[in-house]
Amino acid sequence: MADPEGAVGRPLPRSGARRLAFGRGRYADDLRFPGLLHLAFIRSPYAHARILGIDPAPALAAVPNARVFTGAEIAEICAPWQGTMEHLPTMVSPPQHVVAVDRVVWQGEPVAAVVAASRAEAEDAAGEVLVEWEPLPAAAVRDRTLDEGAALVHPELGSNLCFSTNIGTGDSESALSGAAHVVEGRFSFSRHSGVPLEARSVVADYDPGEGTLTVHGSHQSPWHQQDTLSRHLGIPEHLVRVVAPDIGGGFGIKLHIYGDEIAVSAVSRLLGRPVKYVGDRMEAFVSDVHARDQAVAARLGVDGEGRIRGLSVDALTSLGAYGSLGRPPISEGMMTIMMAAGAYANAHYDARLRVAFQNKPPSGMYRAVGQPIACAVAEQLLDWAAHAAGIDPVELRRRNYWTDDDYPLRTPGGLAIKRLSPGRCLDKLVGTMGYDALRVEQAALRKTGVHRGIGVATFLEMTSVGPAYYGPSGAHISTQDGATVRLEPSGAVRCVTSVIELGQGTHAALAQIVADRLGVAASDVGVVGGDTSTTPYGGGAWASRGLTIGGEAVWRAADGLRANILELAGSILQADPADLDLRGGAVCDRGTGEPRISLAEIGRIGHFRHDTLPPGVQPELAVTRHYVPDAAPFALANGVQGSSLEVDVETGEIRLLDHWVVEDCGRIVNPLLVEEQIRGGVVQGIGGALFEECRYDEDGQMLNASFVDYLVPMAAGLPDIHVGHVETPIEETALGTKGAGEAGTVGAPAAIMLAVNDALRPLGAQVTSLPITPESILRAVAAARSG
Amino acid sequence: MEEFADITVTVNGEKIGKRVEARQHLVDFLRIELGLTGSHLGCEHGVCGACTVRVDGSIVRGCLMLAIQADGADVWTIEGLSDAGEIEDLQEAFIARNALQCGYCTPGMLLTSAEMLEAGRKMSRAEIREFLSGNYCRCTGYHAIVDAVETVMESRFGG
Repeated sequence: MADPEGAVGRPLPRSGARRLAFGRGRYADDLRFPGLLHLAFIRSPYAHARILGIDPAPALAAVPNARVFTGAEIAEICAPWQGTMEHLPTMVSPPQHVVAVDRVVWQGEPVAAVVAASRAEAEDAAGEVLVEWEPLPAAAVRDRTLDEGAALVHPELGSNLCFSTNIGTGDSESALSGAAHVVEGRFSFSRHSGVPLEARSVVADYDPGEGTLTVHGSHQSPWHQQDTLSRHLGIPEHLVRVVAPDIGGGFGIKLHIYGDEIAVSAVSRLLGRPVKYVGDRMEAFVSDVHARDQAVAARLGVDGEGRIRGLSVDALTSLGAYGSLGRPPISEGMMTIMMAAGAYANAHYDARLRVAFQNKPPSGMYRAVGQPIACAVAEQLLDWAAHAAGIDPVELRRRNYWTDDDYPLRTPGGLAIKRLSPGRCLDKLVGTMGYDALRVEQAALRKTGVHRGIGVATFLEMTSVGPAYYGPSGAHISTQDGATVRLEPSGAVRCVTSVIELGQGTHAALAQIVADRLGVAASDVGVVGGDTSTTPYGGGAWASRGLTIGGEAVWRAADGLRANILELAGSILQADPADLDLRGGAVCDRGTGEPRISLAEIGRIGHFRHDTLPPGVQPELAVTRHYVPDAAPFALANGVQGSSLEVDVETGEIRLLDHWVVEDCGRIVNPLLVEEQIRGGVVQGIGGALFEECRYDEDGQMLNASFVDYLVPMAAGLPDIHVGHVETPIEETALGTKGAGEAGTVGAPAAIMLAVNDALRPLGAQVTSLPITPESILRAVAAARSG
Repeated sequence: MEEFADITVTVNGEKIGKRVEARQHLVDFLRIELGLTGSHLGCEHGVCGACTVRVDGSIVRGCLMLAIQADGADVWTIEGLSDAGEIEDLQEAFIARNALQCGYCTPGMLLTSAEMLEAGRKMSRAEIREFLSGNYCRCTGYHAIVDAVETVMESRFGG
């Protein structure tokens, strides 16, 4: 029964969770295929080396049923790609084979594929393949790859520089020279990755009889896969089908096109058999895209009242050996320089960005792309400026936010802002966290030698990026989504969506939207997706776009169906559709609400009893709509995060006491789901702030490619996370949502770093390199004490 | 060492005889030989807990135990516990609280939580967090999982 209050806005548990909680999830590795072969990769042990020869004979002797495919053999049926962008002619990116040919450029790059009857046998055989290497010098020390004499990742480019640019107003230096207080810092953000718990997994099944390729993969963007498989394997697109089953986490890592995954399809095509590849954890660490890895120097000036006078930022992003197909690797750096201090009124801003290749795994987009860096740098500078000016840091922010009269605006960094609500978020956060009381407590504890810190960071979250960015790049990546909404004969509703579900709960939220548009209960709406052969075309799960774009498509499709139902009801009831409405699972009188005919009866007649309808009435009980966000380049969400923690200055240990978030993602369709997106995002941000780092030696060997050595946040030691909301719906859509998936990750590292430095302030110590470890705190304290 | 061995193992209450490869670990045995795909592999080196199963009454890392070591043992997986209804309140609490997103860690998380509940008493949030720390979750940030376990403790042992 439909809820008279409506489904949108209610914290309904999502239906898809039940299956997963009962062990009935179906991830790619769970699927069964007759005649399945298993694939293992031989990966380079060197960061940079020439492949002199590959001898499969020992492998075939050890495992007679095995087959070995070298990069050169795969290249015969699979064209290389190039990660260049049409709108960025100065960005260089060399061609990349799906499996290395002649030369490897990172430790972990695949050089050959081995298939056998079982995974174990494929690994046995892979271990016997003889590869003759000539190791080459590697560019593997971050921030030094642009130095004179550095080894070249791609010698044919003549340099490791991928891209450089300057943005801004060109006058920040003169503005800073007139500032009452100037603060500056050098910041470092570690290389890390998204680490989804389910490794990348793919099953490719080429049917030589039909010429069809069916791929089941743990992937966030099956359409991009379909396009790439079709073009690079030369299979007509209508014969390529990509299915996303349950996905065990993605966080951006699984939206990229990976050479090894495409190679699985190539091998299936060569053999005419289904082939499965499931990465192991070490492979994940050395073959999943890496992110962040950025050094930033920045200066901020404020006047005597704490108002920003100018800001300059100089960022160097250290990539891996390649970017990714269709996804510019410069995004991490561009987002950093474009969004730094974006919420604050500032007229004088300059930034330089340089992006350099290294002999490390390719770079890609991990949850929040560059924004955590922009946020941490700007917010730390503001805290220092507040301290320099003798103004409370919260008050300083309040003085500097753009005001409601300023919108819409374009920041000097080039960020188009339609409307923000940082002041309202801050007010709410300060109240919820009891900011003033925390300051009093902090001061009292400091007298007893206890070092508490409080960090309050304002963040922006760019979501639902539209065609203005992806269109001009020439990438075959769609920024639209589509939906079909269909009335079933029973009166139940089915929604077929291009939105990819990987645990965020977007499908459940779509059901809530359909429910309200059609006056039924959310539990009467079934949502399916994840199959490029049967759903409308779409973009996939990235940039927190599912609800804002896919949800709007669903809204429009449901409205179309609503109109068709009312028209059919009008024919049946001899009534004017304008006088009818849909409520409580029935067509009712718009004015009185009196039910006239149930949806079940509409479904029965519309599907089975056309003979009873007036001549010429053609029931149209399925409607498809697409939506592309063309009215704005993106939907900009915003919020504020607060952290309270304690630093033990003798051990360097950080104890996280509490964490607060107030965010504005526009209209909230399901607060239960939004809040868990926020909390999960915060903890990934805490991971980047305190734990996560892909550590490398100077030869490009990853030193901690296991869960024993690469730390991720665990349940113990994490704080409870209090989430509050401000709702400012966007005006471009009927739905009014903005994304929420990355907000937590954007703001958490800043809040944590600010709080640590707030705790260390009486000691004169500060840390500006993430992750902040006990060791780095002890070093900072020792440095401050020694003078 | 022999490459294969015959084992007899009771899985989810059902006695099973199988010839297994000596090197096959317990979760590969459950997943590949028995089709019990609810137990997952996240690292295969005993850290992440996605492979947690119950053997002779205690939870173990299914990736660190060989199938032949389970000869004669009583093994329970998420499928068996679900069918038996033993952890239904826990599962319902996870669903109601949205204490799972992608669901990949969830079976292991539920088995660990079930063992925590066997202590028969309410625990503090810090104690619950400590107990859960052998199970990684990349999606939820753990807060909702702690809430769900706390809710079940309250309903089982509260008052």
